[in-house]
Amino acid sequence: MIRRAVRFLDTRTASTPLLRKTLRYLFPDHWSFLLGEVALYAFMVLVATGIYLTFFFVDSTHQVVYHGSYAPLRGQHMSEAYASVVNISTSVKAGLLIRQTHHWAANVFVAAIVLHLFRIFFTGAYRKPRGLIYFIGVTMLMLALLEAYMGYSMVDDLLSGMGLAIGYSVGLSLPFVGANLMAWLFHGPFPGQAALWPRMYIAHVLLFPILIGVLLTAHLLLVALRHHTQFRTTSSTSEHAVRGVPTWPGQAPRSLGLLFGTAGVLFLLGGLVQINPIWLWGPYHTYLSTNGAQPDWYLGWLIGGLRLMPGFDVVIGKYTLVPNPFWGGAAFPLVVFGFLYLWPWIERKVTGDTAYHNLLERPRDNPLRTAIGVGMAAWVLLVFIAGSSDRVDVWLDVSYAKQIDVYRVLVFVLPLVVAAIAYRVCEELREGERVAHDQHEAEAEARLART
Amino acid sequence: MRRALDAIVSAVVLALGRRRRRRRPSKDAERIVPKLPSDLGAESLVLALLFLTAVFAVGFIVVYAVDSLPDHTQLLGATIGLSLLCLAAALIIVAHRLIVTEELVEPYPPREHPYEQELVAKLVEESGDRITRKRFFKLGLGAAGGTLGLAAITPALSFGPLFQTKYFRGTPWRKGVRLVDEDFRPYRASDIEEKDFYTAFPEGLSLDAREELGAPVVLVRLPLDQLRLPPRLHGYDAAGILAYSKICTHAGCAISLYRTPLFQPDEPRPALVCPCHYSTFDVADGGSVVFGPAGRPLPMLPLTIDGKGFLRAAGNFDGEVGPGWWGTRIWKPNP
Repeated sequence: MIRRAVRFLDTRTASTPLLRKTLRYLFPDHWSFLLGEVALYAFMVLVATGIYLTFFFVDSTHQVVYHGSYAPLRGQHMSEAYASVVNISTSVKAGLLIRQTHHWAANVFVAAIVLHLFRIFFTGAYRKPRGLIYFIGVTMLMLALLEAYMGYSMVDDLLSGMGLAIGYSVGLSLPFVGANLMAWLFHGPFPGQAALWPRMYIAHVLLFPILIGVLLTAHLLLVALRHHTQFRTTSSTSEHAVRGVPTWPGQAPRSLGLLFGTAGVLFLLGGLVQINPIWLWGPYHTYLSTNGAQPDWYLGWLIGGLRLMPGFDVVIGKYTLVPNPFWGGAAFPLVVFGFLYLWPWIERKVTGDTAYHNLLERPRDNPLRTAIGVGMAAWVLLVFIAGSSDRVDVWLDVSYAKQIDVYRVLVFVLPLVVAAIAYRVCEELREGERVAHDQHEAEAEARLART
Repeated sequence: MRRALDAIVSAVVLALGRRRRRRRPSKDAERIVPKLPSDLGAESLVLALLFLTAVFAVGFIVVYAVDSLPDHTQLLGATIGLSLLCLAAALIIVAHRLIVTEELVEPYPPREHPYEQELVAKLVEESGDRITRKRFFKLGLGAAGGTLGLAAITPALSFGPLFQTKYFRGTPWRKGVRLVDEDFRPYRASDIEEKDFYTAFPEGLSLDAREELGAPVVLVRLPLDQLRLPPRLHGYDAAGILAYSKICTHAGCAISLYRTPLFQPDEPRPALVCPCHYSTFDVADGGSVVFGPAGRPLPMLPLTIDGKGFLRAAGNFDGEVGPGWWGTRIWKPNP
């Protein structure tokens, strides 16, 4: 039976040698290697649930009066887009499950990519010969953020409309070209002509998913061509040979297990844990907004950046060079992504290390990199936390304005402190290992001397 | 008990092994995957999980089909989620206990392929031997490729008016236009009370036109002795009623919070607050920024009260409405 299937395939595709290679491809065994896989599987769930949603979504801001099954919204005027998503959530059987699973999957997708990025960064996996794989990965993170933002904005509920207004303002704030770019993209000033929604829709369901899919394929192919990196697990681990579990038997059932596990958790979340109940937010109109609005987690750092900026525009005469949202909404993410793109090059320049690396470093093995990475992460995390100051104000009754003043100082000081601590911890850990190693050797020597 | 189980397991293993060996006597010797004893417990567990997967999957279909069930979304999510998780558990047990997992070692692929590199380079070089004016050729190729690429993206200009920013200027407000509420009822000056705020639009605007950033304004009333309008805004108020653009000059959100001192005299002055990034605008002195990231004051709309007590615009805003861009301070909306 198996032989017949293999023969069937081979005689028609001549692919058995490739298949054999694939089945015997080696995967080094470490839990942190699964983070990227979780991102991949969340992406699959996103595509599957997303395709279902496209059958019901209407990409139009044409205003209609709602007469659907959700009583509190009846008689309100709203865009067809919003009405269609309310309809998916309240009238389409299993629609709410699929929509919430899609939303959860987006949150998990970005989270998994970020954790995967941490793993890659702090173990030096991006070093030669895997630079290209790393750049593709960082690009996918950027695309994932934009893709998620568009999906969130398309719904046209009150929160997503506020988010879109902010995104528009950030675009508008780009020096010299902002207004022209936004007039072009939105076909006129915000809230834009009817043309915007079909554009955003096709970008969200076709352009970006295909871009991510193509980059994902390239990412995985390049990993396979270079083979996985590995940690030094035994003294015999070397730069020249990879030690790992073959695809079959071994990795495949584990990985499939992770696929179904990820999907299972996402569907459980989609069914049991409410996310973005848009029927409660109501439709968006430019003249409406609500207090206590927070975006999905992966945009929290940008709202923090926007809120922390002191209120000024850079003006030359009457010409507004840099409107304020530029700093928090554009410059901040540009610096972070610029750092991510440039880091491998900076590290090569600083350390002069241009060698090939198949062996991973532990964070402690490279204190400088770890310190800089932890410092950067602390910086972004602090801005992220600053974005929730209004919630802290409500919950703990700490003055919002005072919190912002404190954060404005902290974001410059604390990352340096954290970086210094990280550096020290790495050194201490290494020192501890050296001591333990020496002690071990001395004891062995002593035992030898006694006999 | 334990020993008995072991005995049974080994008996089964022996029996299975023997049967197979009889059929293909030479197979064991040249196995690729090493042979390990079977694990009946794990096998049963996997089988149970697979059937449980099926049960939950059927459950999903049943829940979908039966409309009368309460908490439809929760049940659908629970059934399909548990079904997938059971399958995941089955696969992971298969991976850990039933399939032989051996660590193998294999050399990494070579860092470089000098021979192939040379081959490819030569191929390209030699194939171009017949071309004599190589530089000119490159120029031609560059010109062809570059201009074609440019031509390919040119139609994207149809997206919108890349070079026309006049759309950002101007608002639907004109001198004499009455202010109406969300339900199109004109505001009378007597409708506006202190410590409250009202949204107003120009009269005669369609629902769609109300979405323009220049349309909505916020109305508030202050006691006349609290007004501190700068000279250029003198007379913009109508008996203490003030109208500001409702769109934040920072990031374009609608201003929907009105901070008014309720009890203590030492509380901050009355201000309009945008809930997106908490830009805070002083209503008494012409909308100046007192806190938050906004870089410009809130544009103010001059008001008058007509003979019948209705509120009317006495002109256009004193500055550009909405989030900032390069021309924000260059033009003022037409009066």
